[in-house]
Amino acid sequence: MLRRRLNRLLGGDERRVDSRTIYVGHRSSSPGEPIIKFCDNRIVSSKYTVWNFLPKNLFEQFRRIANFYFLIIFLVQVIVDTPTSPVTSGLPLFFVITVTAIKQGYEDWLRHKADNEVNKYPVTVLEQGERTRKDSEKIKVGDVVEVEEDETFPCDLILLQSSRDDGTCYVTTASLDGESNHKTHYTVSDTEKDLETLNATIECEQPQPDLYKFVGRMHIYKNDQEPVVRSLGPENLLLKGATLKNTQRIYGVALYTGMETKMALNYQGKSQKRSAVEKSINAFLLVYLCILVSKALVCTILKYVWQSRPGQDEPWYNEKTQRDKETNLYLKMFTDFLSFMVLFNFIIPVSMYVTVEMQKFLGSFFITWDKDFFDPEIKEGALVNTSDLNEELGQVEYVFTDKTGTLTQNNMEFIECCIDGFQYKYRDASSELDGFCVADGPVNKVQEKAGRAKEELFLRALCLCHTVQVKEPTEQGPVDGLMDQVDAGVPHPPQEQRGFIASSPDEVALVKGAMRYGFTFLGLESRNMKILNRNNDVEMYELLHVLTFDPVRRRMSVIVRSNSGDTLLFCKGADSSIFPRVRQEEVERIRMHVERNATEGYRTLCVAYKYLSAEEFAQADAGLMEARLALQNREEKLLAVYNQVETDMSLIGATAVEDRLQEEAAETMEALQGAGIKVWVLTGDKMETAKSTCYACRLFQRSTELLELTVRTLEDGGRKREERLHELLLEYHKKAVQDAPPLKGGITRTWSSETQDYGFIIDGATLSMVLNSSSESNSSRYKSLFLQICQNCTSVLCCRMAPLQKAQIVKMVKNSKGNPITLSIGDGANDVSMILEAHVGIGIKGKEGRQAVRNSDYAIPKLKHLKKLLLAHGHLYYVRIAHLVQYFFYKNLCFILPQFLYQFFCGYSQQPLYDAAYLTMYNICFTSMPILAYSLLEQHICIEVLLDNAALYREIAKNGMLRWRPFLYWTLLGVFHGLLFFFGVRYLFSNPALQDNGQVFGNWSYGTIVFTILVFTVTLKLALDTRHWTWINHFVIWGSLLFYVFFSFFWGGIIWPFLKQQRLYFVFANMLSSVSAWLVIILLILLSLLPEILLVVFRKPRGPNSRQTAAVTPLSYKHLKAGQ
Amino acid sequence: MMASSYNAKDEDGHITVTGPGGGAVLRSKKPENTAFKQQRLPAWQPILTAGTVLPAFFIIGLLFIPIGIGLFVTSNNIKEFEIDYTGADTSSPCFNCSQNFSWNSTSPCTCTVPFYLEQPYESNVYVYYGLSNFYQNHRRYVKSRDDSQLNGNLKSLREPSKECEPYAYHNNKPIAPCGAIANSMFNDTLELFYNDPNGTSVKILLGTTGIAWWTDKHVKFGNPGGVDSNLSAVFQGAGGCWSLALSNAYKRDSTRSSSSDRLSVSGTTKPLNWRRPVYELDSDQSNNGFVNEDFIVWMRTAALPTFRKLYRIIGKSSQMVPTLPRGNYTLEVVYNYPVRSFEGRKRMILSTISWMGGKNPFLGIAYITVGSVCFFLGVVLLVIHHKCGNRNNGAEISN
Repeated sequence: MLRRRLNRLLGGDERRVDSRTIYVGHRSSSPGEPIIKFCDNRIVSSKYTVWNFLPKNLFEQFRRIANFYFLIIFLVQVIVDTPTSPVTSGLPLFFVITVTAIKQGYEDWLRHKADNEVNKYPVTVLEQGERTRKDSEKIKVGDVVEVEEDETFPCDLILLQSSRDDGTCYVTTASLDGESNHKTHYTVSDTEKDLETLNATIECEQPQPDLYKFVGRMHIYKNDQEPVVRSLGPENLLLKGATLKNTQRIYGVALYTGMETKMALNYQGKSQKRSAVEKSINAFLLVYLCILVSKALVCTILKYVWQSRPGQDEPWYNEKTQRDKETNLYLKMFTDFLSFMVLFNFIIPVSMYVTVEMQKFLGSFFITWDKDFFDPEIKEGALVNTSDLNEELGQVEYVFTDKTGTLTQNNMEFIECCIDGFQYKYRDASSELDGFCVADGPVNKVQEKAGRAKEELFLRALCLCHTVQVKEPTEQGPVDGLMDQVDAGVPHPPQEQRGFIASSPDEVALVKGAMRYGFTFLGLESRNMKILNRNNDVEMYELLHVLTFDPVRRRMSVIVRSNSGDTLLFCKGADSSIFPRVRQEEVERIRMHVERNATEGYRTLCVAYKYLSAEEFAQADAGLMEARLALQNREEKLLAVYNQVETDMSLIGATAVEDRLQEEAAETMEALQGAGIKVWVLTGDKMETAKSTCYACRLFQRSTELLELTVRTLEDGGRKREERLHELLLEYHKKAVQDAPPLKGGITRTWSSETQDYGFIIDGATLSMVLNSSSESNSSRYKSLFLQICQNCTSVLCCRMAPLQKAQIVKMVKNSKGNPITLSIGDGANDVSMILEAHVGIGIKGKEGRQAVRNSDYAIPKLKHLKKLLLAHGHLYYVRIAHLVQYFFYKNLCFILPQFLYQFFCGYSQQPLYDAAYLTMYNICFTSMPILAYSLLEQHICIEVLLDNAALYREIAKNGMLRWRPFLYWTLLGVFHGLLFFFGVRYLFSNPALQDNGQVFGNWSYGTIVFTILVFTVTLKLALDTRHWTWINHFVIWGSLLFYVFFSFFWGGIIWPFLKQQRLYFVFANMLSSVSAWLVIILLILLSLLPEILLVVFRKPRGPNSRQTAAVTPLSYKHLKAGQ
Repeated sequence: MMASSYNAKDEDGHITVTGPGGGAVLRSKKPENTAFKQQRLPAWQPILTAGTVLPAFFIIGLLFIPIGIGLFVTSNNIKEFEIDYTGADTSSPCFNCSQNFSWNSTSPCTCTVPFYLEQPYESNVYVYYGLSNFYQNHRRYVKSRDDSQLNGNLKSLREPSKECEPYAYHNNKPIAPCGAIANSMFNDTLELFYNDPNGTSVKILLGTTGIAWWTDKHVKFGNPGGVDSNLSAVFQGAGGCWSLALSNAYKRDSTRSSSSDRLSVSGTTKPLNWRRPVYELDSDQSNNGFVNEDFIVWMRTAALPTFRKLYRIIGKSSQMVPTLPRGNYTLEVVYNYPVRSFEGRKRMILSTISWMGGKNPFLGIAYITVGSVCFFLGVVLLVIHHKCGNRNNGAEISN
């Protein structure tokens, strides 16, 4: 309540400054008025300047918790007397920071370059009647700018004058929203031809990011007349970034400039999505941090306990320095603690972050490279917008898919129509068997069932009631429009070639459908619509008003005036929105057809018309004009007028348009369901159509019992909707949740289940009732009931959804119990909200523009590619990264554990077991490449098998490889290995005379032996886990081991002048000359790997379905299996 | 993160003004159909199954058990004799020495420890001294050395590294060799006498060379001023051309030094606890100074607080007589090295050596154990495999 009131208050605030006034050409009507300063037209997308780059970039980088941690460790090493030199941690950190800084600096340089290119672009501005050239960045609000053909608009402009006669210009917004069709924009009517004398002000709203919304008002002052007021809408606004087409030159006044343009406002970083794997990493990190701190604590405590015994703290052979003796005891304890932290800090390696990021970055290339994702039609492959979520693709539990354009092709084909209750079906000449139609050449002679007048009225309605444009012939392009020829009475060009452009493919299908029946739309010329009728006569209609389509009304209308002077309103729209507005006696005849068509999966539209008397028209005209001029609440006012006009119509007929299923849509859906993924269809379409699509996609099977929760079922009982909703929810809950046997494994749907499958259907209106129930308590209760029902259904269909409701549903599921990973897939602007909301957003490079693609995380050309993206790529990425993470923690645990254990044998003095070179190189050189290669190339199951057996996807569901159990397994393995390495060598060293000449080994030999075993074991452990040995794996694994050997020889073979101590001089070579060392190395490596091998073998015969999975179950799953 | 910013760059491309033609450049063309990019590199896909692992188990078992037995036998054949001469109990002959120890005493305390060898030692016998509870691997201790000084660097001889503190300077003279390790060098003298049954006592010849790593002696350690310089002159810095050359060389490259007073003091001093300076460790010039093998052996810090270091080698004199025949021996110790203050122990060890080094049953036992476990597991697996095999044959074959 409070918040609402607060919002209202704030809203009021906003409203006060909600408009700006612009003086066209800076000619103020009253000279005294101060001119408000607006921002200049400079675009700044860069983040840094030369001066602030270093501090700002460093600050940004050290805001990352990991970098900060390493910085702290480094500082501790610099300040405190620590066992390892600052170089060991400083060098890797420096490397990481530098590389990142260079990368970001380069990217920022590119941005600077791009900014400059835009900002310095020369534009022509009319100033005091003269055309002057200046840089784009110097444009001020109110300047009159000239733009030529194929130039982009330098800022947001109001179109004042066009070189075209009809005061229009064509624009493509390909770079804004990817829609490449030409859009028509209009000049403000009544602006004078002479721009130099134009005296006008524009009042408009403050900049806002919505590309398709704009309201404004223009006052034109003519010499001592009342100012003329014109309304401005999006059709008058030319957006920065769009390109002028088919028009020689336009003049426009700058409205929004620089960072206030709609493009700049839209250019905002998307909120960062974080993958579940990253959360797991952070959790593991916390565990390791605890291990680290507790290790350091234990050592510090034991050190002081040990030192308290007489003679141990400072024996005669090992006296402290003067400074040591003087240091305060507590300070010493603290620095000791820090020293231990530094000594063990390698347990959390910098390199893991580098490797994970490299893996994600490089790994994402495999998606763009995949030729299976290449679509020859659009000549594009998949697009990766973020590589952070690769592994999330392997974790999807819910798929939310749009219907139109995603499940279906959005390639509309006119199937049939129904005029006055009679069915007309268009078929090719061959299908005369159908009793309904008689084929007669390309133009079908409609059987005279409905009256000819009705037919023609219907077809005219189809030809007139739309916003389709005829594609203009371009100079060099193929002749497809041929308007002039038609005008000249030349016989028809083949009609199918005529190009139509429309924002919605339904309209094109309808216009094309009408064309088949003999009525051809020729185009719009200066507000006159031209139609070629059956008799090859051109009919002209004056277009008076377009009552545009919107998803709330679900209909659109046009008001036209025929040659005979009749004013007609044609309306087409969804049955539910048309039926209440027409005379009821007409409805029944048509309803039957509509419903039958809908169940067949066709998209149906009803067409209605009405004659407007002169008074009615005058009233409507005035209302529309007034509403269009309104600055505030224009939408609502328009809506009210529309509703008022679109009443008492007579129904003429209905159309059926088929939207074909996407290629392999059914197979894809089946595969997803087989993978244990629940598919929800969220569509704005009507229930019957959506349901039939679901059946066609095999989302609903014949055996599926449908639970319907729609307005229709709610009204069945004849009681209040609320009550009925309550009742139905409880009933369905009982059916689907309580009576259902508990599923094993939680989410899986078995193929041969005897349990009933349920499908759930809900529509937008009911959903909003569920979500926004009147009472608060009911609302949360309904919500949880609804969720529980949905979670127990194999598929859910939500129809009649508004875009925001789609996002609401995604959000609800996302935040439900267990936080399942959600994926949204869609192709249109109406899917953007759900794409942004879901964990993974996938855009389809479809026909409805590029907005979905731009906002998505991944974009694919077709729905069928989703199968491979999830089942193959997602699965592999997940397995790879999960293994990468676990392996990294493991290898650092068994790296540092011996060092920890060594403290018990060296008087807790922080003596490192390994040489500094080994400490530094372990993660950077010796063990990093094999795991990187593994995490890029591993295919524990080959791609074909993954695609064939969707069920394999379930094995990794619910973050299966990164849960605590596998983590514990890896940790225990690391501990086991660490203990083995340390104590194995320790028992060997009970007699350090290991050479055949009686000479003895010292502490560095000890460390080197342990380190050698360590490097070999962790590398061979990875080799054991590798199921897919390409030459790269071979090269990298054996290469790393060889490199280690060569490096050790080299490192120990020279007296290094820059080293203070030659600790490792010939240690490695001497080690290799000792047979015992060889024997212990071989023994310990083998012993460490033995349990691995054993587990594989022992597990094999146990699995309940080993028969199926034995061939494909990889080594990496064993801990999962072992746990079950 | 990387790819997202990579794409941010791409989106920036939208801002750039495209030239005539609308800039309809396709961002991606058809992906190349290479094996790598399509993730279809030819690959070897090993699958571990009982069938492939079983032979490995048997092979490991069959290999390890003989090796283990060999190791065990070898280790058992090594003769080793150990005697503790710390003098902790009142009954032990070195008790007095250990009780009355004082750093300042000028007359060395000597004690004799008799022992009896039950077996003759046929081949070369290696004499070790062992210390217990002596933390040579303590960090403060390990780093307290200056390898550059030990390598014969003149500058480091004059100005030892800071790591040597508090054993770097004494009376403003640099200590050579500096550091705690060098300072605490083991300086007991051990001598062995064979008590002939006829009553005479024969001193056994102890070889002092070959006890340190060859590379240590010849490369890592070196005397300042080269192989055949006058060691005492170099270390004492007494007059002569050496000290002049030294100080000149030193002045040239170091004017920053705060310790100009140290410059004026010529020469080095011996480590505090040493009885003799480093250039008097041995009469043999090739085994004197920093290249003294006892010194080098001591400087290789031990891995564990209980350790042994090679002291002397008793070479086999002839094929006929054993190196150390069965009988009574006397160990004569010049007791210089105090260990009682930190409850340490001192031992003298006589040992023969095999190809695997000194006596250590661990490896043999470990190999036998691992080998037997492998073999046993192999058998168990075989049984399981055989029993359940009928059920799983299909899967096995499909592999």
